[in-house]
Amino acid sequence: MRPALPVIFFTVLSGAGYGLWCLLGLALAARIYPLAGAGILVPLAFGFVLVTAGLIASTAHLGRPGRAWRALSQWSSSWLSREGVASLVTYLPALAIGWLAHAGHQDWSIRVAGAWLALCSLATVVCTANIYRSLKTIRAWRVPQVLPLYLGFALLSGGLWLWAWLALASARPIGLAFPLALLGLAVLAALTKAAYWKTADRAPVPTTGHAIGLQHLGRVRPWEGPSSEETYLTREMVFVLARKHSARLRKTAVILFAALPVIGIAVALPYGAAWIAPVLAILCLAGLFVERWLFFAEARHAVAAFFPQRSA
Amino acid sequence: MTALPPPGKKKLGLVIDLDICVGCHACAVACKEWNDGGPLGPLPDDEPYGAEPSGVWFNRVHSYEITGPGTGDQGPVKADTLRDDPVPGPRSPQMVHFPRSCLHCETPDCVTVCPTGASYKRAEDGIVLVDEDKCIGCQLCAWACPYGAREIALPPAKPRASDAGRKDSKRGTMQKCTLCVDRIYNETLDERDRQPACVMACPTRARMFGDLGDPDSDVSRVVADRKGFALMPEFGYAPVNRYLPPRPRRDGSSAASIAAPAAEEMLDTERLPPLLRWLDKALSR
Repeated sequence: MRPALPVIFFTVLSGAGYGLWCLLGLALAARIYPLAGAGILVPLAFGFVLVTAGLIASTAHLGRPGRAWRALSQWSSSWLSREGVASLVTYLPALAIGWLAHAGHQDWSIRVAGAWLALCSLATVVCTANIYRSLKTIRAWRVPQVLPLYLGFALLSGGLWLWAWLALASARPIGLAFPLALLGLAVLAALTKAAYWKTADRAPVPTTGHAIGLQHLGRVRPWEGPSSEETYLTREMVFVLARKHSARLRKTAVILFAALPVIGIAVALPYGAAWIAPVLAILCLAGLFVERWLFFAEARHAVAAFFPQRSA
Repeated sequence: MTALPPPGKKKLGLVIDLDICVGCHACAVACKEWNDGGPLGPLPDDEPYGAEPSGVWFNRVHSYEITGPGTGDQGPVKADTLRDDPVPGPRSPQMVHFPRSCLHCETPDCVTVCPTGASYKRAEDGIVLVDEDKCIGCQLCAWACPYGAREIALPPAKPRASDAGRKDSKRGTMQKCTLCVDRIYNETLDERDRQPACVMACPTRARMFGDLGDPDSDVSRVVADRKGFALMPEFGYAPVNRYLPPRPRRDGSSAASIAAPAAEEMLDTERLPPLLRWLDKALSR
Protein backbone atom coordinates (compact mmCIF):
# COMPACT_ATOMS: atom_id res chain seq x y z
CA MET A 1 0.00 0.00 0.00
CA ARG A 2 1.08 3.55 -0.66
CA PRO A 3 2.08 5.05 2.70
CA ALA A 4 -0.08 8.17 2.69
CA LEU A 5 1.39 10.84 4.95
CA PRO A 6 -1.94 12.22 6.22
CA VAL A 7 -2.91 8.77 7.50
CA ILE A 8 0.51 8.22 9.10
CA PHE A 9 0.36 11.63 10.83
CA PHE A 10 -3.18 10.93 11.97
CA THR A 11 -2.59 7.49 13.46
CA VAL A 12 0.70 8.45 15.16
CA LEU A 13 -0.22 11.90 16.52
CA SER A 14 -3.83 11.19 17.48
CA GLY A 15 -2.73 7.85 18.91
CA ALA A 16 -0.26 9.62 21.21
CA GLY A 17 -2.91 12.18 22.15
CA TYR A 18 -5.47 9.53 23.02
CA GLY A 19 -2.85 7.54 24.96
CA LEU A 20 -1.99 10.67 26.96
CA TRP A 21 -5.68 11.42 27.59
CA CYS A 22 -6.35 7.81 28.56
CA LEU A 23 -3.57 7.69 31.19
CA LEU A 24 -4.44 11.16 32.51
CA GLY A 25 -8.08 10.11 32.77
CA LEU A 26 -7.17 6.84 34.53
CA ALA A 27 -4.92 8.66 37.01
CA LEU A 28 -7.69 11.14 37.77
CA ALA A 29 -10.28 8.39 38.15
CA ALA A 30 -8.01 6.43 40.51
CA ARG A 31 -7.09 9.61 42.44
CA ILE A 32 -3.39 8.98 41.96
CA TYR A 33 -2.70 12.04 39.78
CA PRO A 34 -0.32 14.18 41.87
CA LEU A 35 -1.19 17.62 40.43
CA ALA A 36 -4.24 19.85 40.29
CA GLY A 37 -5.42 22.91 38.36
CA ALA A 38 -2.83 23.84 35.72
CA GLY A 39 -1.10 20.54 36.43
CA ILE A 40 -4.12 18.85 34.80
CA LEU A 41 -4.82 21.51 32.20
CA VAL A 42 -1.37 21.47 30.54
CA PRO A 43 -1.26 17.73 29.65
CA LEU A 44 -4.96 17.90 28.76
CA ALA A 45 -4.27 20.75 26.34
CA PHE A 46 -1.21 19.00 24.94
CA GLY A 47 -3.34 15.90 24.29
CA PHE A 48 -5.89 18.17 22.63
CA VAL A 49 -3.19 19.54 20.30
CA LEU A 50 -1.95 16.03 19.38
CA VAL A 51 -5.45 14.63 18.79
CA THR A 52 -6.66 17.63 16.83
CA ALA A 53 -3.51 17.93 14.72
CA GLY A 54 -3.91 14.26 13.78
CA LEU A 55 -7.59 14.62 12.94
CA ILE A 56 -6.94 17.68 10.78
CA ALA A 57 -4.09 15.84 9.03
CA SER A 58 -6.43 12.93 8.30
CA THR A 59 -8.81 15.15 6.33
CA ALA A 60 -5.95 15.85 3.91
CA HIS A 61 -6.32 12.22 2.83
CA LEU A 62 -9.87 12.87 1.65
CA GLY A 63 -10.73 13.78 -1.92
CA ARG A 64 -13.47 16.04 -0.56
CA PRO A 65 -12.38 17.25 2.91
CA GLY A 66 -15.28 19.70 3.07
CA ARG A 67 -17.69 16.81 3.27
CA ALA A 68 -15.90 15.07 6.17
CA TRP A 69 -18.93 15.57 8.43
CA ARG A 70 -20.81 13.03 6.32
CA ALA A 71 -18.52 10.32 7.70
CA LEU A 72 -20.40 10.45 11.00
CA SER A 73 -23.54 8.83 9.61
CA GLN A 74 -22.73 5.14 9.00
CA TRP A 75 -21.49 4.07 12.42
CA SER A 76 -23.70 0.99 12.28
CA SER A 77 -21.45 -0.73 9.72
CA SER A 78 -18.28 1.28 9.13
CA TRP A 79 -15.30 1.40 11.50
CA LEU A 80 -14.16 4.64 9.89
CA SER A 81 -17.50 6.21 10.74
CA ARG A 82 -17.34 4.81 14.28
CA GLU A 83 -13.89 6.30 14.66
CA GLY A 84 -15.19 9.70 13.55
CA VAL A 85 -18.02 9.55 16.07
CA ALA A 86 -15.74 8.28 18.86
CA SER A 87 -13.14 10.98 18.18
CA LEU A 88 -15.76 13.72 18.53
CA VAL A 89 -17.41 12.15 21.59
CA THR A 90 -13.97 12.00 23.27
CA TYR A 91 -13.79 15.80 23.20
CA LEU A 92 -16.74 15.98 25.62
CA PRO A 93 -15.04 14.44 28.71
CA ALA A 94 -11.83 16.31 27.79
CA LEU A 95 -13.71 19.61 27.86
CA ALA A 96 -15.48 18.55 31.06
CA ILE A 97 -12.17 17.83 32.79
CA GLY A 98 -10.80 21.13 31.54
CA TRP A 99 -13.73 22.98 33.10
CA LEU A 100 -13.61 20.97 36.34
CA ALA A 101 -9.83 21.43 36.73
CA HIS A 102 -10.13 25.12 35.96
CA ALA A 103 -12.88 25.48 38.58
CA GLY A 104 -10.75 23.59 41.11
CA HIS A 105 -13.06 20.62 41.58
CA GLN A 106 -11.35 17.62 43.17
CA ASP A 107 -14.43 15.57 44.01
CA TRP A 108 -16.17 12.61 42.37
CA SER A 109 -17.09 14.67 39.28
CA ILE A 110 -13.51 14.80 38.00
CA ARG A 111 -13.09 11.09 38.80
CA VAL A 112 -16.11 10.23 36.65
CA ALA A 113 -14.94 12.55 33.86
CA GLY A 114 -11.49 10.93 34.05
CA ALA A 115 -12.91 7.43 33.66
CA TRP A 116 -15.11 8.68 30.81
CA LEU A 117 -12.10 10.24 29.02
CA ALA A 118 -10.02 7.07 29.43
CA LEU A 119 -12.81 4.90 28.04
CA CYS A 120 -13.54 7.16 25.04
CA SER A 121 -9.82 7.51 24.22
CA LEU A 122 -9.35 3.75 24.21
CA ALA A 123 -12.50 3.27 22.14
CA THR A 124 -11.24 5.69 19.47
CA VAL A 125 -7.91 3.85 19.17
CA VAL A 126 -9.76 0.53 18.96
CA CYS A 127 -11.82 1.98 16.06
CA THR A 128 -8.63 3.12 14.29
CA ALA A 129 -7.10 -0.33 14.56
CA ASN A 130 -10.31 -1.95 13.39
CA ILE A 131 -10.41 0.16 10.21
CA TYR A 132 -7.28 -1.69 9.11
CA ARG A 133 -8.10 -5.02 10.74
CA SER A 134 -11.44 -5.20 8.93
CA LEU A 135 -9.89 -5.09 5.44
CA LYS A 136 -9.83 -8.69 4.20
CA THR A 137 -7.83 -7.62 1.15
CA ILE A 138 -4.67 -6.84 3.13
CA ARG A 139 -3.47 -9.95 4.91
CA ALA A 140 -0.73 -8.21 6.90
CA TRP A 141 -3.40 -6.19 8.70
CA ARG A 142 -5.51 -9.17 9.69
CA VAL A 143 -2.95 -10.64 12.05
CA PRO A 144 -3.97 -10.70 15.74
CA GLN A 145 -1.24 -8.28 16.88
CA VAL A 146 -2.68 -5.24 15.08
CA LEU A 147 -5.16 -4.18 17.78
CA PRO A 148 -2.83 -4.64 20.78
CA LEU A 149 -0.11 -2.78 18.88
CA TYR A 150 -2.28 0.26 18.16
CA LEU A 151 -3.36 0.38 21.82
CA GLY A 152 0.16 -0.25 23.13
CA PHE A 153 1.78 2.39 20.92
CA ALA A 154 -0.87 4.95 21.88
CA LEU A 155 -0.31 4.32 25.60
CA LEU A 156 3.48 4.22 25.26
CA SER A 157 3.87 7.42 23.22
CA GLY A 158 1.20 9.27 25.23
CA GLY A 159 2.56 7.90 28.50
CA LEU A 160 6.07 9.20 27.77
CA TRP A 161 4.62 12.69 27.27
CA LEU A 162 2.67 12.46 30.53
CA TRP A 163 5.79 11.26 32.34
CA ALA A 164 7.75 14.14 30.79
CA TRP A 165 5.16 16.63 32.09
CA LEU A 166 5.10 15.08 35.57
CA ALA A 167 8.90 15.06 35.76
CA LEU A 168 9.03 18.74 34.80
CA ALA A 169 6.11 20.01 36.88
CA SER A 170 5.87 17.81 39.93
CA ALA A 171 7.70 19.10 42.99
CA ARG A 172 7.89 15.75 44.75
CA PRO A 173 9.28 12.64 43.08
CA ILE A 174 6.65 10.73 41.08
CA GLY A 175 7.69 7.28 42.17
CA LEU A 176 8.98 4.30 40.26
CA ALA A 177 5.71 2.65 39.31
CA PHE A 178 4.85 4.83 36.29
CA PRO A 179 8.27 4.89 34.58
CA LEU A 180 8.67 1.16 35.23
CA ALA A 181 5.25 0.52 33.69
CA LEU A 182 6.32 2.53 30.63
CA LEU A 183 9.55 0.54 30.45
CA GLY A 184 7.58 -2.71 30.55
CA LEU A 185 5.18 -1.39 27.91
CA ALA A 186 8.08 -0.48 25.59
CA VAL A 187 9.54 -3.99 25.90
CA LEU A 188 6.12 -5.55 25.35
CA ALA A 189 5.46 -3.34 22.31
CA ALA A 190 8.80 -4.29 20.75
CA LEU A 191 8.14 -8.01 21.31
CA THR A 192 4.60 -7.74 19.93
CA LYS A 193 5.83 -5.82 16.88
CA ALA A 194 8.47 -8.50 16.26
CA ALA A 195 5.72 -11.14 16.45
CA TYR A 196 3.61 -9.02 14.05
CA TRP A 197 6.43 -8.88 11.51
CA LYS A 198 7.01 -12.61 11.82
CA THR A 199 3.32 -13.39 11.24
CA ALA A 200 2.83 -10.79 8.50
CA ASP A 201 5.93 -11.97 6.61
CA ARG A 202 4.58 -15.51 6.56
CA ALA A 203 1.18 -14.49 5.13
CA PRO A 204 0.91 -16.35 1.81
CA VAL A 205 1.11 -14.23 -1.33
CA PRO A 206 -1.85 -14.93 -3.65
CA THR A 207 -0.74 -15.90 -7.15
CA THR A 208 -1.92 -14.39 -10.41
CA GLY A 209 -3.45 -17.71 -11.40
CA HIS A 210 -5.50 -17.75 -8.25
CA ALA A 211 -6.66 -14.16 -8.79
CA ILE A 212 -8.01 -14.86 -12.28
CA GLY A 213 -9.35 -18.28 -11.30
CA LEU A 214 -7.29 -20.25 -13.83
CA GLN A 215 -4.62 -21.67 -11.57
CA HIS A 216 -5.68 -25.21 -12.47
CA LEU A 217 -4.55 -24.69 -16.07
CA GLY A 218 -0.94 -24.08 -15.21
CA ARG A 219 1.35 -21.23 -14.40
CA VAL A 220 -0.14 -17.83 -15.15
CA ARG A 221 2.12 -14.91 -15.94
CA PRO A 222 1.07 -11.34 -16.67
CA TRP A 223 1.99 -10.71 -20.29
CA GLU A 224 0.53 -7.31 -20.99
CA GLY A 225 -0.91 -4.87 -18.47
CA PRO A 226 -4.16 -2.99 -18.96
CA SER A 227 -2.58 0.44 -19.34
CA SER A 228 0.58 2.03 -20.68
CA GLU A 229 0.85 4.43 -17.74
CA GLU A 230 0.54 4.09 -13.99
CA THR A 231 -3.04 4.17 -12.73
CA TYR A 232 -4.68 4.88 -9.40
CA LEU A 233 -4.60 1.15 -8.64
CA THR A 234 -0.94 0.63 -9.42
CA ARG A 235 0.09 3.77 -7.54
CA GLU A 236 -2.10 3.09 -4.51
CA MET A 237 -2.12 -0.68 -4.11
CA VAL A 238 0.55 -2.24 -6.28
CA PHE A 239 2.99 0.00 -4.49
CA VAL A 240 6.24 -1.87 -4.06
CA LEU A 241 8.68 0.06 -2.05
CA ALA A 242 12.30 -0.79 -1.56
CA ARG A 243 11.81 -3.95 0.45
CA LYS A 244 15.57 -4.27 0.60
CA HIS A 245 15.54 -1.41 3.12
CA SER A 246 12.83 -2.93 5.25
CA ALA A 247 15.20 -4.74 7.63
CA ARG A 248 17.11 -1.52 8.35
CA LEU A 249 13.93 0.51 8.77
CA ARG A 250 12.46 -2.05 11.14
CA LYS A 251 15.58 -1.86 13.28
CA THR A 252 15.46 1.94 13.24
CA ALA A 253 11.82 1.90 14.35
CA VAL A 254 12.41 -0.53 17.23
CA ILE A 255 15.49 1.39 18.42
CA LEU A 256 13.55 4.67 18.45
CA PHE A 257 10.24 3.55 19.94
CA ALA A 258 11.52 0.88 22.35
CA ALA A 259 15.27 0.51 22.85
CA LEU A 260 16.13 4.18 23.49
CA PRO A 261 13.11 4.76 25.79
CA VAL A 262 14.03 1.64 27.78
CA ILE A 263 17.64 2.80 28.18
CA GLY A 264 16.50 6.35 28.87
CA ILE A 265 14.06 5.32 31.56
CA ALA A 266 16.69 3.10 33.18
CA VAL A 267 19.13 6.03 33.23
CA ALA A 268 16.46 8.49 34.42
CA LEU A 269 15.35 6.44 37.41
CA PRO A 270 18.44 7.10 39.53
CA TYR A 271 19.40 10.47 38.05
CA GLY A 272 16.04 12.21 37.56
CA ALA A 273 13.92 12.39 34.45
CA ALA A 274 13.25 16.09 33.94
CA TRP A 275 15.31 16.53 30.78
CA ILE A 276 15.46 12.98 29.48
CA ALA A 277 11.72 12.30 29.41
CA PRO A 278 10.71 14.86 26.72
CA VAL A 279 13.58 13.66 24.51
CA LEU A 280 12.38 10.07 24.89
CA ALA A 281 8.81 11.10 24.03
CA ILE A 282 10.03 12.76 20.81
CA LEU A 283 12.25 9.78 19.89
CA CYS A 284 9.33 7.41 20.46
CA LEU A 285 7.07 9.47 18.15
CA ALA A 286 9.80 9.47 15.51
CA GLY A 287 10.07 5.68 15.82
CA LEU A 288 6.33 5.33 15.45
CA PHE A 289 6.40 7.41 12.24
CA VAL A 290 8.86 4.88 10.80
CA GLU A 291 6.81 1.97 12.17
CA ARG A 292 3.57 3.34 10.70
CA TRP A 293 5.22 4.09 7.37
CA LEU A 294 6.30 0.44 7.20
CA PHE A 295 2.83 -0.72 8.32
CA PHE A 296 1.48 0.71 5.05
CA ALA A 297 4.47 0.38 2.72
CA GLU A 298 5.05 -3.31 3.47
CA ALA A 299 1.39 -4.35 3.35
CA ARG A 300 0.43 -6.17 0.17
CA HIS A 301 -3.02 -5.67 -1.31
CA ALA A 302 -4.80 -8.64 -2.91
CA VAL A 303 -5.31 -6.73 -6.17
CA ALA A 304 -1.53 -6.75 -6.75
CA ALA A 305 -1.92 -10.37 -7.88
CA PHE A 306 -3.44 -9.17 -11.19
CA PHE A 307 -0.28 -7.22 -11.98
CA PRO A 308 3.30 -8.28 -12.68
CA GLN A 309 5.29 -8.77 -9.49
CA ARG A 310 7.61 -5.84 -9.57
CA SER A 311 10.64 -5.87 -7.38
CA ALA A 312 12.24 -2.68 -6.28
CA MET B 1 -27.21 3.63 3.20
CA THR B 2 -24.17 1.57 3.88
CA ALA B 3 -26.08 -1.40 5.24
CA LEU B 4 -26.56 -4.03 2.57
CA PRO B 5 -30.10 -4.54 1.30
CA PRO B 6 -31.77 -7.93 1.91
CA PRO B 7 -30.79 -10.37 -0.85
CA GLY B 8 -32.90 -9.65 -3.92
CA LYS B 9 -34.18 -11.94 -6.64
CA LYS B 10 -32.77 -9.89 -9.47
CA LYS B 11 -28.98 -9.96 -9.82
CA LEU B 12 -27.94 -8.04 -12.89
CA GLY B 13 -24.43 -8.75 -13.99
CA LEU B 14 -22.02 -9.68 -16.73
CA VAL B 15 -20.73 -12.98 -18.01
CA ILE B 16 -17.32 -12.77 -19.66
CA ASP B 17 -16.11 -15.56 -21.92
CA LEU B 18 -12.35 -15.91 -21.52
CA ASP B 19 -12.33 -18.44 -24.37
CA ILE B 20 -13.22 -15.95 -27.06
CA CYS B 21 -12.07 -12.63 -25.65
CA VAL B 22 -9.34 -11.41 -28.00
CA GLY B 23 -8.08 -8.64 -25.75
CA CYS B 24 -8.94 -5.81 -28.16
CA HIS B 25 -9.89 -3.39 -25.35
CA ALA B 26 -13.02 -2.33 -27.28
CA CYS B 27 -15.14 -2.89 -24.14
CA ALA B 28 -12.84 -0.68 -22.08
CA VAL B 29 -12.84 2.07 -24.71
CA ALA B 30 -16.60 1.90 -25.24
CA CYS B 31 -17.08 2.05 -21.47
CA LYS B 32 -14.85 5.09 -21.19
CA GLU B 33 -16.61 6.75 -24.11
CA TRP B 34 -20.14 6.21 -22.79
CA ASN B 35 -19.35 7.16 -19.21
CA ASP B 36 -17.39 10.19 -20.31
CA GLY B 37 -20.35 11.60 -22.18
CA GLY B 38 -23.54 9.90 -21.04
CA PRO B 39 -25.96 11.31 -18.48
CA LEU B 40 -23.53 10.41 -15.68
CA GLY B 41 -20.46 11.87 -17.42
CA PRO B 42 -17.95 13.34 -17.72
CA LEU B 43 -15.44 10.92 -16.30
CA PRO B 44 -12.46 13.06 -15.44
CA ASP B 45 -8.95 12.58 -16.77
CA ASP B 46 -5.69 14.08 -15.68
CA GLU B 47 -3.47 15.31 -18.51
CA PRO B 48 -5.42 13.35 -21.16
CA TYR B 49 -3.19 14.67 -23.96
CA GLY B 50 -0.03 15.06 -21.88
CA ALA B 51 3.06 12.91 -21.62
CA GLU B 52 1.62 10.73 -18.85
CA PRO B 53 -2.13 10.56 -19.32
CA SER B 54 -4.01 9.29 -16.32
CA GLY B 55 -7.65 8.85 -15.58
CA VAL B 56 -10.47 6.69 -14.35
CA TRP B 57 -11.53 3.62 -16.31
CA PHE B 58 -14.23 1.29 -15.09
CA ASN B 59 -12.99 -1.62 -17.11
CA ARG B 60 -9.42 -2.69 -17.73
CA VAL B 61 -8.16 -5.57 -19.85
CA HIS B 62 -5.19 -7.65 -18.73
CA SER B 63 -3.45 -10.27 -20.86
CA TYR B 64 -1.92 -13.37 -19.34
CA GLU B 65 0.21 -16.20 -20.58
CA ILE B 66 -0.54 -19.67 -19.22
CA THR B 67 1.92 -22.52 -19.44
CA GLY B 68 0.97 -25.93 -18.17
CA PRO B 69 -0.79 -29.18 -18.84
CA GLY B 70 -4.19 -27.63 -18.15
CA THR B 71 -4.05 -25.75 -21.44
CA GLY B 72 -3.96 -29.07 -23.34
CA ASP B 73 -0.40 -28.39 -24.34
CA GLN B 74 1.65 -31.59 -24.02
CA GLY B 75 4.36 -30.50 -26.41
CA PRO B 76 8.02 -31.19 -25.83
CA VAL B 77 9.81 -29.02 -23.36
CA LYS B 78 12.68 -26.94 -24.55
CA ALA B 79 14.65 -24.97 -22.04
CA ASP B 80 15.56 -22.22 -24.44
CA THR B 81 12.07 -21.40 -25.70
CA LEU B 82 11.41 -18.97 -22.88
CA ARG B 83 14.78 -17.51 -22.24
CA ASP B 84 13.87 -15.28 -19.34
CA ASP B 85 12.15 -18.17 -17.63
CA PRO B 86 14.28 -20.40 -15.42
CA VAL B 87 11.63 -23.13 -15.53
CA PRO B 88 11.28 -24.60 -19.01
CA GLY B 89 7.68 -24.80 -20.11
CA PRO B 90 5.69 -26.20 -23.02
CA ARG B 91 6.38 -24.64 -26.38
CA SER B 92 3.32 -22.51 -26.83
CA PRO B 93 1.75 -20.75 -23.89
CA GLN B 94 -1.94 -20.11 -24.03
CA MET B 95 -2.96 -16.46 -24.08
CA VAL B 96 -5.91 -15.42 -21.95
CA HIS B 97 -7.29 -11.91 -22.14
CA PHE B 98 -8.98 -10.87 -18.98
CA PRO B 99 -11.32 -7.87 -18.68
CA ARG B 100 -11.54 -6.72 -15.07
CA SER B 101 -14.39 -4.58 -13.75
CA CYS B 102 -16.83 -4.39 -10.84
CA LEU B 103 -18.45 -7.77 -10.16
CA HIS B 104 -21.47 -6.22 -8.38
CA CYS B 105 -20.97 -8.57 -5.43
CA GLU B 106 -23.92 -9.61 -3.30
CA THR B 107 -22.20 -9.01 0.06
CA PRO B 108 -19.32 -6.63 -0.66
CA ASP B 109 -17.25 -4.86 1.97
CA CYS B 110 -16.86 -1.84 -0.34
CA VAL B 111 -20.41 -0.93 0.68
CA THR B 112 -20.22 -1.65 4.40
CA VAL B 113 -16.88 0.10 5.05
CA CYS B 114 -18.17 3.36 3.56
CA PRO B 115 -18.48 5.95 6.36
CA THR B 116 -20.92 8.20 4.51
CA GLY B 117 -23.44 5.90 2.86
CA ALA B 118 -22.23 7.07 -0.57
CA SER B 119 -21.35 3.51 -1.55
CA TYR B 120 -24.53 1.49 -1.83
CA LYS B 121 -26.10 -1.61 -3.37
CA ARG B 122 -29.49 -1.32 -5.01
CA ALA B 123 -32.09 -3.68 -3.58
CA GLU B 124 -34.08 -3.86 -6.82
CA ASP B 125 -31.37 -5.16 -9.18
CA GLY B 126 -28.18 -5.57 -7.12
CA ILE B 127 -26.16 -2.88 -8.90
CA VAL B 128 -23.42 -1.38 -6.69
CA LEU B 129 -23.17 2.39 -7.12
CA VAL B 130 -21.46 5.45 -5.62
CA ASP B 131 -23.44 8.59 -4.82
CA GLU B 132 -21.00 11.28 -5.94
CA ASP B 133 -22.79 13.95 -3.95
CA LYS B 134 -22.08 12.14 -0.69
CA CYS B 135 -18.63 10.58 -1.30
CA ILE B 136 -15.81 12.19 0.70
CA GLY B 137 -13.06 10.36 -1.20
CA CYS B 138 -11.61 8.44 1.78
CA GLN B 139 -10.82 5.51 -0.58
CA LEU B 140 -11.55 2.87 2.04
CA CYS B 141 -13.96 1.14 -0.40
CA ALA B 142 -11.18 0.85 -2.98
CA TRP B 143 -8.94 -0.66 -0.31
CA ALA B 144 -11.66 -3.17 0.58
CA CYS B 145 -12.06 -4.43 -3.01
CA PRO B 146 -9.77 -7.33 -4.03
CA TYR B 147 -10.83 -6.96 -7.69
CA GLY B 148 -9.54 -3.43 -8.20
CA ALA B 149 -12.96 -2.26 -9.32
CA ARG B 150 -12.79 1.25 -7.92
CA GLU B 151 -10.65 4.19 -8.96
CA ILE B 152 -10.78 7.67 -7.50
CA ALA B 153 -11.04 10.76 -9.66
CA LEU B 154 -8.19 12.74 -8.16
CA PRO B 155 -7.90 16.48 -8.56
CA PRO B 156 -5.58 17.33 -11.49
CA ALA B 157 -1.91 17.51 -10.57
CA LYS B 158 -1.50 20.63 -12.68
CA PRO B 159 -4.78 22.57 -12.94
CA ARG B 160 -5.24 23.89 -16.45
CA ALA B 161 -6.23 27.46 -17.18
CA SER B 162 -9.17 26.18 -19.23
CA ASP B 163 -10.55 24.42 -16.14
CA ALA B 164 -10.72 27.58 -14.05
CA GLY B 165 -14.21 28.19 -12.75
CA ARG B 166 -15.46 24.87 -14.09
CA LYS B 167 -17.47 22.93 -11.57
CA ASP B 168 -16.35 19.35 -11.80
CA SER B 169 -18.52 17.53 -9.31
CA LYS B 170 -16.70 14.22 -9.74
CA ARG B 171 -13.26 15.39 -8.69
CA GLY B 172 -12.21 13.84 -5.41
CA THR B 173 -14.88 11.15 -5.42
CA MET B 174 -14.72 7.39 -5.99
CA GLN B 175 -15.73 6.07 -9.40
CA LYS B 176 -16.82 2.61 -10.51
CA CYS B 177 -18.73 0.58 -13.07
CA THR B 178 -22.44 1.43 -12.99
CA LEU B 179 -23.41 -1.53 -15.18
CA CYS B 180 -24.52 1.34 -17.45
CA VAL B 181 -27.52 1.96 -15.24
CA ASP B 182 -28.20 4.97 -17.47
CA ARG B 183 -28.48 2.71 -20.55
CA ILE B 184 -30.19 -0.45 -19.37
CA TYR B 185 -33.36 1.32 -18.19
CA ASN B 186 -33.14 4.16 -20.71
CA GLU B 187 -36.43 4.29 -22.58
CA THR B 188 -35.10 6.84 -25.07
CA LEU B 189 -32.84 4.09 -26.42
CA ASP B 190 -33.94 1.35 -28.77
CA GLU B 191 -34.80 -1.74 -26.73
CA ARG B 192 -31.91 -3.77 -28.16
CA ASP B 193 -29.55 -0.97 -27.14
CA ARG B 194 -30.53 -1.16 -23.48
CA GLN B 195 -27.35 -3.02 -22.56
CA PRO B 196 -24.05 -1.94 -21.04
CA ALA B 197 -21.77 -0.16 -23.50
CA CYS B 198 -19.05 -2.80 -23.06
CA VAL B 199 -21.46 -5.59 -24.08
CA MET B 200 -22.64 -3.63 -27.13
CA ALA B 201 -19.06 -2.98 -28.26
CA CYS B 202 -17.57 -6.48 -27.91
CA PRO B 203 -16.76 -7.69 -31.44
CA THR B 204 -16.52 -11.35 -30.41
CA ARG B 205 -19.60 -11.38 -28.18
CA ALA B 206 -17.43 -12.40 -25.27
CA ARG B 207 -19.52 -10.25 -22.93
CA MET B 208 -23.11 -11.04 -22.00
CA PHE B 209 -25.45 -9.04 -19.81
CA GLY B 210 -28.45 -10.39 -17.92
CA ASP B 211 -30.12 -11.45 -14.72
CA LEU B 212 -27.92 -14.02 -12.95
CA GLY B 213 -30.55 -14.38 -10.25
CA ASP B 214 -32.93 -16.02 -12.72
CA PRO B 215 -31.83 -19.64 -13.36
CA ASP B 216 -33.62 -19.66 -16.74
CA SER B 217 -31.99 -16.53 -18.14
CA ASP B 218 -29.58 -16.85 -21.08
CA VAL B 219 -26.65 -15.79 -18.92
CA SER B 220 -27.46 -18.29 -16.16
CA ARG B 221 -27.74 -21.09 -18.74
CA VAL B 222 -24.42 -20.35 -20.37
CA VAL B 223 -22.80 -20.19 -16.92
CA ALA B 224 -24.24 -23.63 -16.11
CA ASP B 225 -23.19 -25.08 -19.49
CA ARG B 226 -19.67 -23.74 -19.48
CA LYS B 227 -18.95 -24.03 -15.74
CA GLY B 228 -18.70 -20.28 -15.24
CA PHE B 229 -16.89 -19.27 -12.10
CA ALA B 230 -16.72 -16.38 -9.64
CA LEU B 231 -13.42 -14.63 -8.92
CA MET B 232 -11.73 -15.20 -5.54
CA PRO B 233 -14.82 -16.48 -3.73
CA GLU B 234 -12.81 -16.91 -0.51
CA PHE B 235 -13.32 -13.23 0.31
CA GLY B 236 -16.98 -14.03 0.87
CA TYR B 237 -18.23 -11.09 -1.20
CA ALA B 238 -20.29 -13.40 -3.48
CA PRO B 239 -19.55 -11.78 -6.87
CA VAL B 240 -22.49 -11.76 -9.29
CA ASN B 241 -20.42 -11.54 -12.48
CA ARG B 242 -19.15 -14.83 -13.87
CA TYR B 243 -16.18 -15.73 -16.05
CA LEU B 244 -16.31 -18.62 -18.52
CA PRO B 245 -13.02 -20.57 -18.57
CA PRO B 246 -11.07 -20.97 -21.80
CA ARG B 247 -11.82 -24.29 -23.50
CA PRO B 248 -8.86 -26.69 -23.42
CA ARG B 249 -6.90 -26.96 -26.61
CA ARG B 250 -6.96 -30.23 -28.58
CA ASP B 251 -6.08 -33.03 -26.23
CA GLY B 252 -2.55 -34.25 -26.09
CA SER B 253 -1.22 -32.01 -28.81
CA SER B 254 0.58 -28.74 -28.50
CA ALA B 255 0.04 -25.93 -30.93
CA ALA B 256 3.49 -26.67 -32.31
CA SER B 257 2.81 -30.33 -32.98
CA ILE B 258 -0.53 -29.50 -34.58
CA ALA B 259 1.25 -27.15 -36.93
CA ALA B 260 3.80 -29.73 -38.15
CA PRO B 261 1.44 -32.51 -39.34
CA ALA B 262 -0.88 -29.92 -40.81
CA ALA B 263 1.81 -28.95 -43.33
CA GLU B 264 2.14 -32.62 -44.36
CA GLU B 265 -1.57 -33.20 -44.70
CA MET B 266 -1.84 -30.33 -47.12
CA LEU B 267 0.02 -32.53 -49.62
CA ASP B 268 -2.89 -34.33 -51.27
CA THR B 269 -1.02 -37.01 -53.28
CA GLU B 270 -4.09 -37.87 -55.41
CA ARG B 271 -3.87 -34.48 -57.01
CA LEU B 272 -0.17 -34.65 -57.86
CA PRO B 273 1.05 -35.19 -61.41
CA PRO B 274 1.93 -38.92 -62.01
CA LEU B 275 5.70 -38.38 -61.89
CA LEU B 276 5.60 -36.58 -58.56
CA ARG B 277 3.07 -39.09 -57.22
CA TRP B 278 5.57 -41.88 -58.03
CA LEU B 279 8.37 -39.85 -56.41
CA ASP B 280 6.28 -39.33 -53.28
CA LYS B 281 5.54 -43.05 -53.12
CA ALA B 282 9.20 -43.95 -53.63
CA LEU B 283 10.37 -41.52 -50.97
CA SER B 284 7.65 -42.54 -48.53
CA ARG B 285 8.79 -46.18 -48.50
